[in-house]
Amino acid sequence: MDRLPKWADIVLVPFLSLVLAAAVSAVVILAIGQDPWEALTVMVEGSLMSAYGWGYTLYYTTSFIFTGLAVTVAFHAGLFNIGGEGQAQMGGLGVALCCLFIPWPHWSLALLGAALGGAAFGAAWIAIPAWLQAKRGSHIVITTIMFNYIASSLLIYMLVDVLRPKGEQDPATARFPSVTNLPKLNELPGLDLLFTQEVRANVTLFIALAAAVAVWALLWRTRLGYAIRAFGKSQPAAKYAGIDATRITMIALLLSGALAGLMAVNNVMGEAEKLVGNSASGAGFIGIAVALMGRNHPIGVVLAALLFGFLFQGGAELGLWTKIPIEMRIVVQGLVILFTGALDMMVRMMLTRIFGLFRNPARAQGAA
Amino acid sequence: MAADLVEGRPAAAAPFAIELKGISKAFGPVQANKDINFAVPKGTIHGIIGENGAGKSTLMSILYGFYKADAGQILINGQLTAIPDSQAAIRAGIGMVFQHFKLVQNFSVLENVVLGAEDGALLGPSLRKARAELQRLSREYELDVDPDALIEDLSVGHQQRVEILKALYRQADILILDEPTGVLTPAEADHLFRILHGLKAQGKTIILITHKLREIMEATDHVSVMRRGTMVATVKTAETGPEALAELMVGRKVLLEVEKPPARPGEVVLDLQDLRVKDEHGVERLKGVSLQIRAGEILGIAGVAGNGQSELLAALGGMMKATGTALLNGAPLPLSGRGADGQSRRHAGIAHVPEDRQHYGLILDFTAWENVAFGYADDPKYQANALFLSNEALRADTARKMETFDVRPPDPWLAAKNFSGGNQQKLVVAREFEQNPKLLLVGQPTRGVDIGAIEFIHNQLIALRDAGAAILLVSVELDEIMSLSDRIAVMFDGRIMGTRDPATTDERELGLMMAGMTAKGEAA
Amino acid sequence: MDYNTLLQILDTAVRFATPLLFACLAGLYSERSGVFDIGLEGKMLIAAMCAGAVAALSGSAWLGLLAGIGGALVFALIHGVTSITFRGNQLISGVALNFLASGLTVLVAQRLFQQGGRTPPISGEARFNPITLPFAEEARQIPLIGPFYAEVISGHAILVYLAFASVALTWWALYRTRFGLRLRAVGENPAAVDTAGISVTRLRFTALLITGVLCGLAGAYMATALQAGFGKEMTAGRGYIALAALIFAKWRPIAAMWACLLFGFFQALALRPDVVEWMVRVKVPVPFLDALPYMLTVFVLAGFVGKAIPPRAGGEPYVKER
Repeated sequence: MDRLPKWADIVLVPFLSLVLAAAVSAVVILAIGQDPWEALTVMVEGSLMSAYGWGYTLYYTTSFIFTGLAVTVAFHAGLFNIGGEGQAQMGGLGVALCCLFIPWPHWSLALLGAALGGAAFGAAWIAIPAWLQAKRGSHIVITTIMFNYIASSLLIYMLVDVLRPKGEQDPATARFPSVTNLPKLNELPGLDLLFTQEVRANVTLFIALAAAVAVWALLWRTRLGYAIRAFGKSQPAAKYAGIDATRITMIALLLSGALAGLMAVNNVMGEAEKLVGNSASGAGFIGIAVALMGRNHPIGVVLAALLFGFLFQGGAELGLWTKIPIEMRIVVQGLVILFTGALDMMVRMMLTRIFGLFRNPARAQGAA
Repeated sequence: MAADLVEGRPAAAAPFAIELKGISKAFGPVQANKDINFAVPKGTIHGIIGENGAGKSTLMSILYGFYKADAGQILINGQLTAIPDSQAAIRAGIGMVFQHFKLVQNFSVLENVVLGAEDGALLGPSLRKARAELQRLSREYELDVDPDALIEDLSVGHQQRVEILKALYRQADILILDEPTGVLTPAEADHLFRILHGLKAQGKTIILITHKLREIMEATDHVSVMRRGTMVATVKTAETGPEALAELMVGRKVLLEVEKPPARPGEVVLDLQDLRVKDEHGVERLKGVSLQIRAGEILGIAGVAGNGQSELLAALGGMMKATGTALLNGAPLPLSGRGADGQSRRHAGIAHVPEDRQHYGLILDFTAWENVAFGYADDPKYQANALFLSNEALRADTARKMETFDVRPPDPWLAAKNFSGGNQQKLVVAREFEQNPKLLLVGQPTRGVDIGAIEFIHNQLIALRDAGAAILLVSVELDEIMSLSDRIAVMFDGRIMGTRDPATTDERELGLMMAGMTAKGEAA
Repeated sequence: MDYNTLLQILDTAVRFATPLLFACLAGLYSERSGVFDIGLEGKMLIAAMCAGAVAALSGSAWLGLLAGIGGALVFALIHGVTSITFRGNQLISGVALNFLASGLTVLVAQRLFQQGGRTPPISGEARFNPITLPFAEEARQIPLIGPFYAEVISGHAILVYLAFASVALTWWALYRTRFGLRLRAVGENPAAVDTAGISVTRLRFTALLITGVLCGLAGAYMATALQAGFGKEMTAGRGYIALAALIFAKWRPIAAMWACLLFGFFQALALRPDVVEWMVRVKVPVPFLDALPYMLTVFVLAGFVGKAIPPRAGGEPYVKER
């Protein structure tokens, strides 16, 4: 089979996957008797055509950058961390404890502390699966799925029996002290010109972008990143080169968990300002789609996170203004994962065939 | 008779079990088989010999329905037969014993034999029938295996017998064996040949694919020689000799004579005492190896693959735990635990060209320049500062190495998988040789490498030796060992059988030692 | 705790174990053939929706069951196409299908019934109703065994009995038939199967279709027997518990039954914290009981209770080598 040019591999493969996912989504919308064009209009209108809409879109984008990076880092070590959801929820617990029980003098310090807390809790939550993978070969996919469920049970317990203020009905913590509230984008000098009313996106967006740069530098500019990528490509070769399998597995997975845990700064501290049940609301899973769509590169992850931010916000608008349920966005998410992740080879075969036609029409005709 | 075979015309007196006419097969631009004609008379053992990559395996895969030939005909017992898949091959009475066995590890012998040859939807009757049949076969052909043993508990030799039993149970009349002795001990190999002769006596036709001349001479009636995709000759074994066959295989009289000045051995660099290695199944693969290598000399390890050479390299390269003592320039070299990993080995001045470059030596998806850092990412010359690698320095170094070692194309950005085998090997060699190691471990340096590159790599090895490195060379190519080594140690069954001077020994003596016999002929 | 309470809990355990058992056996066929399936959850969910919707519309539980099986089969086929035909990543395919199911079920149910993504409550012929086994009432007089028979064994929907029959059938098929031999072989070493002249692709697709049928039964049981209709996300992770049970059982059918009964028992206990408290003499948080199957599975995966070795070729698409 002919190989694809590199630019096609980087640009066209994800693009075609996206087109396929969009096409099937349109069919689904038609099948439930709605108008795909109207749906798209509503989505674009609600998420991209106003500063307010952008505020939501960027808020979701922030979360997805973290979880997408989490999947990416593990992926480069050849490991599939499907437990981002649980790690993000535990990160939420870490953030909540930091905000509730440490008297912070200023939001910037609180941000730093909560980020550390979230990352530490996220990392801690993957520590057991990571250790079992490294030392006992227990499949990380299965263990992290199990830990997702254990995390949600643990959080229900914490919220109902431990952290719920007396007299409250809802399983949630008390509201965080106002000093820990993070500035929204509209409260930042310069950006207040763009965002003239209160929006959901907050300063965490910049931490997310910084994290993307840091992940890029780590993976492609440091010895550790080199070792992670080499290990992920070939474990026998890594052994030959003297790369310590246990160490790399642990580091890559702990980093992955920490990134997922960091997400909680955005949604728990920056938005809800208290910890509620199911706080991650699926963002951990969306990280899988984001990483696949972004071809496991931080730039791709940021772009894919933006796309999913749009889908998420647009999907919410669909639920509000059309008869298309909000769950449509889960369908799209599933389709994107299906086409970019599982049907990668099919997309490549399609593209290779198209390229073959383009390059050498005579031969392609002969083959047909 | 011999002429008939070459022409592929059936002689009336000797009906052919298999006859191939004009078989061709190409993989993209590579012509793996070109217009192959040959015929195998019924009830004979027919050898097919040729170098790696000569097209033997492709041809047999066509016979067994794995590949479809681009052109040509297959006649089985005089009948034109189409073999689109393995099922058709089995129906045509062809049985294949692959080099890598196709057995289900956690199944019993009986279950493996029955798989795919069941008599009905229910298993019980099939298993009962197979049990009786196995008893008959094992009586008839010295093929005794316990039908209820699990494959994973059997020795390699016994597993091979199961493969033969599988073919016989499917009533194969034609049995193809692909490099059957590569993994066998000499005793097991002898047993195998007794079995094959027994089968021949019962009228079965056997095709034996090998690159070992000795086996061809001992076991076959006729032999076909393949070279670069073509069948260059088919002759009666009795009417030829190893020298003639070797010449046919290679095409010209190649004596891999390497121009080398005499060695000037210096201080002892590596001193190994009683090195022992167990594999992951707890089987001892090195059973007390002691050897010394001096600076400025090449110690060649000769031996049949699987006699502990790989483990010796792996233990010294920090890929396997070992026991015993090892001194490098007089300082102890840890054999397990801390300091016994590949990284520490490199820091200690040991470079390693692994036996399998694609599996170990390179990350195929990485670019050439990323591969140059493989194993040496912590080299100070590749660091930009305390935190970051200098990719620029790496790329510059790669470009330079590519020029020095004539890697083609000289593009540091090309992924390793897109280089040819020879250029991949040069990339690995460039990386390891340029470390100026005290001790260099080299495994199969020229496997799957074209002639030009072989010469280049050999010359580089000599140059490194003359620069004062101690070199441990492992190769299954006896020629290579004989022409490069200053001393030759022969390994058999995890032990060193003895050390010889290449000037005073010959292939016969080494061959005997490789088979586990001393020069005087007694078993070790 | 008295004997009657125990019987009640066991009765509930059997009910809860049934969908787990169907799904667990479904996973067994798929994984034994060498195809990982973390999409059991999605297949159950889509089956539950199809079964609930068709049962609600037609008034027939049996038609619902057929629809459920059909829905799960479609998903099984997609998984087959991605992971067998196009040799895609089986785990990712499973994840994708779980999301698809999660979204599509709500979309379709909302479109059909406009009740917020659920079906209207169903009853009568649209449900699989409990069957009283012969002599259940008469047997009550016999001490110990009698009430056990009447309460725990008798009085379930027909699908419950089918689930347990499937265990025996699976055992028999796996170890006593040609299909079983080939199935076990293809998950361990597809090359052995291929060189024996058997199509790996066909064998794996067959296994996936059986997986689809069993997931269909699991989902249909959820919507038309255990509960009265389909509700959003009603499988609530049971597909993963089934996967856990499969690992716990080391991919063996009889052990799978015990594992599912055990996990069903935990689920039943989680409904009765009072009983648990009485048993262990301390207050045990309900979430702990919910998490117990998952924790046990991690424990098993860690290899502390015998090593759980999955089929050797699992997760690897088969590529014919030269």
